[in-house]
Amino acid sequence: MSRFVYADNAATTPVSREVIDAMMPCFESEWGNPSSPHSMGISAKDMLDDARERIASVLGCSAGEIFFTSGGTESDNWAIKGAAMRMKKKGRTHIVTSKIEHHAVLHTCEALEKEGFEVSYCGVDEYGVVDLEELRSLVTEKTGVVAIMFANNEIGTIQPIEEIVSIAHEKGALMFTDAVQAVGNIDINLSELKVDMLALSGHKLHAPKGIGLLFIRKGVVIGNLIEGGGQEKRKRGGTENLPYIVGLARALELAKENMVHLPRVAKMRDRLISELTKIPYSSLNGHPTKRLPGLVNIGFEFIEGESMLLWLDMKGICASTGSACSSASLDASHVLLAIGVPHEKAHGSLRLSISSDTTDEDIDYIIENVGPIVEKLRNMSPLWEDIVKKQTAKK
Amino acid sequence: MKYSEKVMDHFTNPRNVGEIENADGVGVVGNAKCGDIMKMYLKIDDNGVIVDCKFKTFGCGAAIATSSMATELVKGHTVEEALKLTNSAVVEALDGLPAIKVHCSVLAEEAIKSAVADYYKKIGKPIDFDYDPDHDHDHDHGGEDEE
Ligand SMILES: Cc1ncc(COP(=O)(O)O)c(C=O)c1O
Repeated sequence: MSRFVYADNAATTPVSREVIDAMMPCFESEWGNPSSPHSMGISAKDMLDDARERIASVLGCSAGEIFFTSGGTESDNWAIKGAAMRMKKKGRTHIVTSKIEHHAVLHTCEALEKEGFEVSYCGVDEYGVVDLEELRSLVTEKTGVVAIMFANNEIGTIQPIEEIVSIAHEKGALMFTDAVQAVGNIDINLSELKVDMLALSGHKLHAPKGIGLLFIRKGVVIGNLIEGGGQEKRKRGGTENLPYIVGLARALELAKENMVHLPRVAKMRDRLISELTKIPYSSLNGHPTKRLPGLVNIGFEFIEGESMLLWLDMKGICASTGSACSSASLDASHVLLAIGVPHEKAHGSLRLSISSDTTDEDIDYIIENVGPIVEKLRNMSPLWEDIVKKQTAKK
Repeated sequence: MKYSEKVMDHFTNPRNVGEIENADGVGVVGNAKCGDIMKMYLKIDDNGVIVDCKFKTFGCGAAIATSSMATELVKGHTVEEALKLTNSAVVEALDGLPAIKVHCSVLAEEAIKSAVADYYKKIGKPIDFDYDPDHDHDHDHGGEDEE
C-alpha cells in the first residue's frame, strides 16, 4: 500500500485550514492600511492590535514587545545586527554564538566580523548541547550579545536556555534566542524565560511563509534593520502584512492548543528512533531525550542521503538530509560536523520531522520503507562491499 | 532540483551494478568526505574489447545514474574507445544534469579511465593518457538552499 507521508515539518508546514479562514477577511474586505485615518484603516488597525494582543497572550509578554517581520531570517538578522550596533556604543564589540546555529545567524555573525566585530563560536557536545563551561569562559564584559538557538533545526537538540540566559546576563550582555523550531513544540512563557529577544517564524507553525516576529523585551533597545514609515513603533518600516499577521496569531493560538498532542508525537518519534536504529550501522544524531518532539535524525553509514531521499520520495515520503549533495552547499551539514559526526557519515543522515497530523500508520509506513531503501543503496555501495568482505573474512 | 527522466531511470534501475571477480581492470575514484565514490570493474578480452563492465557507487542520485550510464557507454567497445568517453557524453546521454551535479559525470569519466589504467598496469602497457584517481572534483555549487 502506498501513501503520502509528509515528514519534513522542520523545513516547512502546510498552512492549516483555520489559519486560511482567519486570513480570508483581510483579503476580501479588511484590506485597509492600518496607518490610514479613515474607516478602512481604523478597522485594519483594530485587527492588527487584536492580533498582537493575542500573540502576546500566547507568549506571555505584552503587545508592545512584539515586532512583526518577514520571518525567521529577518528576525535573526535584526536581533543580532541591531543589538551589535547598539552595544558597540557601550564599548561591547564581541558577539557569542554557537557552531550549530542556523545560517541566518551564522552568516549574520560572519558579516559582522567583516565589519570589525569579534565573534566567538561556542562548541557543543556530541549531542549538540552547548558547552556551558566554554560559554562561561567566552562571555566577557566586552560581549554585547549572546545568540544561541532554543532548539536545533537539524538534530532537534534543545538547549539549556535558562542557564545560557544567566551566563549572558551575569556579564551584562543581551540574550537573543532563535526559537523558530521551538515555538509550538515547547511551551515558552516570556514572563518566565528572561531572554531579551526571541525570533519565531510563521511557516513552521502552519502559518504562511514570509511572516515572523521578533520579541524585544521592554527596556531593551536595539538598532533598526529596516527603515521606513513609522510602523512597528518606528522600529521596522513597511506596511504591515495584515493577512499574514492575523494568520500568525491564529497559528500561535492553535499551536498552544495543540500542545496536548505533543506527548503522542514524541511517542511516534521514539518509535521511529528505536526501530530505525535497529538497522545495522545506524545511529541517532542529537540528544536522546532533550530533543524536539517531532524530530528524528539518523545517520546511516555507507550510503548517501540524497539517494535515500529520492527513493523515499518515490514511495511518497518527504524527508530531508544533511548531505552536501542535497543542500547544494559545499560541505556536509555544519551541525553534524560540530557534534563530531565524520564527513562520510554526515552524508548519510536522514531527518524526519513529524507533527500531530502524523499517524501511527504513517510511522509504520516510514519504518517499512527505510530499511529496504538503506539495504538497496548499501548493496550498490563500494564502502558496504568492503564491510561485507571484512565480515566474511572473519567468519 | 529536478532530474531528467533518464537520470531517474538509471537511478532506480541502475544497469550493471555489482562486482566482477578477477576483473582485468578496477578503478576507484572520489572520496567519502565529498560524498561520492565510484568503483568500476572491467572484463577485457584478448582483442581489447570490454566484454563486461560493472560498478558500485556511494553517492547521490546523479552519481549512481552517471556510473550506470558510463558502464552502458563503454560495454562492448574497445579500451581505446572507452578512453574517449567524456563527461559531457555521459551528461548528454542522460538528457542533462543539474549544474551542481555535473561533477558526478566527471567522476564517472575518471572512474572508467582509472579502471583502464589499472588494466594497462596489469598488462605492462604504458599509461599514455591523463587521469586523476584522487580527483578532487570541483563542487560547482550554485548556492545554498535550506530551510
Ligand atoms: C532555526 C531556524 N532559524 C531560522 C530559520 C529561517 O526562518 P525563515 O524561513 O522564516 O526565514 C529557520 C528555517 O527556516 C530555522 O529552522
